[in-house]
Amino acid sequence: MKVLSNYFKSLFLLELFRGLSVTGRYLFKKKFTVMYPEEKAPVSPRFRGLHALRRYPNGEERCIACKLCEATCPALAITIEAEPRDDGSRRTTRYDIDLFKCIYCGYCQEACPVDAIVETRVYEYHFEQRGDNVMTKQDLLTVGDKHEAQIAADIEAQSKYR
Amino acid sequence: MEFFISLWEALPAELQYLIWTLIKIIVIVAPMMLAVAYFTYAERKIIGYMQVRIGPNRVGPKGWLQPIADAVKLMFKEIVIPTNANKALFLIAPAITLGPALAAWAVFPFDEELVLADINAGLLYILALTSVGVYGVIIAGWASNSKYAFLGAMRSAAQIVAYEIAMGFALVGVLVAAGSLNLGDIIKAQQGGLFSWFWLQLLPLFGVYVISGVAETNRAPFDVAEGESEIVAGFHVEYSGMLFAVFFLAEYANMILISALTAVMFLGGWLSPFQGWPVLGPLFDWVPGFVWLVIKTAIFMFLFLWLRATFPRYRYDQIMRLGWKVFIPITIVWIAVVGLAVVYQLPWWFD
Repeated sequence: MKVLSNYFKSLFLLELFRGLSVTGRYLFKKKFTVMYPEEKAPVSPRFRGLHALRRYPNGEERCIACKLCEATCPALAITIEAEPRDDGSRRTTRYDIDLFKCIYCGYCQEACPVDAIVETRVYEYHFEQRGDNVMTKQDLLTVGDKHEAQIAADIEAQSKYR
Repeated sequence: MEFFISLWEALPAELQYLIWTLIKIIVIVAPMMLAVAYFTYAERKIIGYMQVRIGPNRVGPKGWLQPIADAVKLMFKEIVIPTNANKALFLIAPAITLGPALAAWAVFPFDEELVLADINAGLLYILALTSVGVYGVIIAGWASNSKYAFLGAMRSAAQIVAYEIAMGFALVGVLVAAGSLNLGDIIKAQQGGLFSWFWLQLLPLFGVYVISGVAETNRAPFDVAEGESEIVAGFHVEYSGMLFAVFFLAEYANMILISALTAVMFLGGWLSPFQGWPVLGPLFDWVPGFVWLVIKTAIFMFLFLWLRATFPRYRYDQIMRLGWKVFIPITIVWIAVVGLAVVYQLPWWFD
């Protein structure tokens, strides 16, 4: 009996018609496509994109050259050199991040005691020349200055979970 | 104007006939090519929609210019001829595939009087031409000097031979029921609205014909001849540029042809579905027959895409089993049933 019913099921293509009805329904379903350059997917405040060095509101750079980020970086992407500045404070003279080595793990941001190095929401960037992949201190500070409002808001948003 | 008319009349009668026929051929083939181009667009859109995405939408408004962009791209690509390939056959093969797909339209009745060659053996001619197309595939596979292409050609040969028989038998059923090989007469035999078309009285043959049609055109789920995951692209791996485009055109032209033939043989071609019905009949009398034909054809063209979006590829031995052990027995039995019904003039359809 079972054999017979299976036989008729396959002869009348019942399973296949069920398959067709599934795709037929999906034809009219709402589409989830995000039209990328015009529309963008929402980004989390914890997003780990392009790096930036921050400043205090008075314009003084936050980084005190403790080299914790350099030590914690699993990809050895960060290179720091430091010297006392003329006013005696300890600052970096060189702060490079090689974005080809970087794995965007966010450990540098976690290690930083003064919230100087952060990873921003920026994920649209590219390099046009060989060597551009190494972000110098000046590049990082520029990114920080440009996105300071967003960076501060993101850090504020996740501060209670830290 | 008068000058042109006198010029035309000065031509010998044979030449006039030739020019007229050529013009008619262009009138049929040019819209066919356009239809093929936009059929590829429809395919990408519809399959996209069925997969909950939206398909091409960048070239032109809503992606309408996509097929043109594709055509331009293919035209500017290099035609690569593989080492030790049989050059002549390699170049001829795409034309052999495309030729029959277009030539079959010659006997196709677009409307009551609208047919290029109203020959009496129309059905036979179409059956012959749809079979010739496979030679292009086999020659392409053989001439490419490539293992994958050769495997694809072999598969396609076996598959098309198997399904050609089932398809032929299904058409024999139509022939018996209509009593004519002329496509126009076959349509006229179906007069009387939706339920006197052949799809109902020949239902098993209708199913067999549609499925064999999908197999015949090498479309999913019967596309073993070009199964991407197994043999790369099958018979046309080695083809590039315009030669590949011709194969592509042939495949889609064949799909449109099979859809149109299904509409003619089982859905009454240019007949209105409400013909002779009390209220709806007169209400739809103003619709030209050609429109009905296009609508019916479009239904089957959509079915081709729907099937492709739904089913995974058949295994090779399963295709053979379906063709030889399921379809051919079904068609033979139903031909006998139809034959008896016609001989003894059974009610409701054959009296």
